[in-house]
Amino acid sequence: MSDNPVRDAITEAITEHEIILFMKGTPEQPRCGFSARTAAALDALGTEYAAVDVLPDPRIRAELSGVSNWPTIPQLFVRGELLGGCDIITEMYESGELAEALRVQAPADAPQHAPAAAEPGAPPLQIQNDLVDRA
Amino acid sequence: MPSTNDLKQRIEGSIPGARAEVSDLTGGGDHFRATVIAPDFAALSRIEQHRRVYAVFGAEIGGPIHALSLETRAE
Repeated sequence: MSDNPVRDAITEAITEHEIILFMKGTPEQPRCGFSARTAAALDALGTEYAAVDVLPDPRIRAELSGVSNWPTIPQLFVRGELLGGCDIITEMYESGELAEALRVQAPADAPQHAPAAAEPGAPPLQIQNDLVDRA
Repeated sequence: MPSTNDLKQRIEGSIPGARAEVSDLTGGGDHFRATVIAPDFAALSRIEQHRRVYAVFGAEIGGPIHALSLETRAE
């Protein structure tokens, strides 16, 4: 462990979770339109993912941007690598690349365009918010 | 408060050969959308293309520029 426990917790979470979304708010209650849109794209593919709310502690966002060299939220990591923020994930959703990167088959009823926000009645998500618990 | 024209000029001034179109998403002068086309992007991944544009503004992203939504391509 280094002397930076927040950064350690972030890198550990990225390593431990195959798909992990750092966002403002939660998938059920996103606090920013860009985070909502990114979570909604994942939901539309029916994939399970871990989600971390960066808002409770400003250090999470600062350290995350240091780790990823990416200045904005949300950030989606897949198998340890930054896949993108809202714009890239939306583009990848619409081109089919997102399903490919997540190794899922898009459901037959998945909308062609990335949903604007999470649909009510979407299937429950698996959320693990390790960072906040430990901070 | 940065204007769409400020952002356009800074992007075009920092990335060789770039053409940028910038719009203000909310009219509030802090949520922008930019489409940036630059020949140098041909050698970069999509993530690296976005990083290149974000780098023009450094710490202003998340500060005075609350959000900068991007679409980038080489041509």
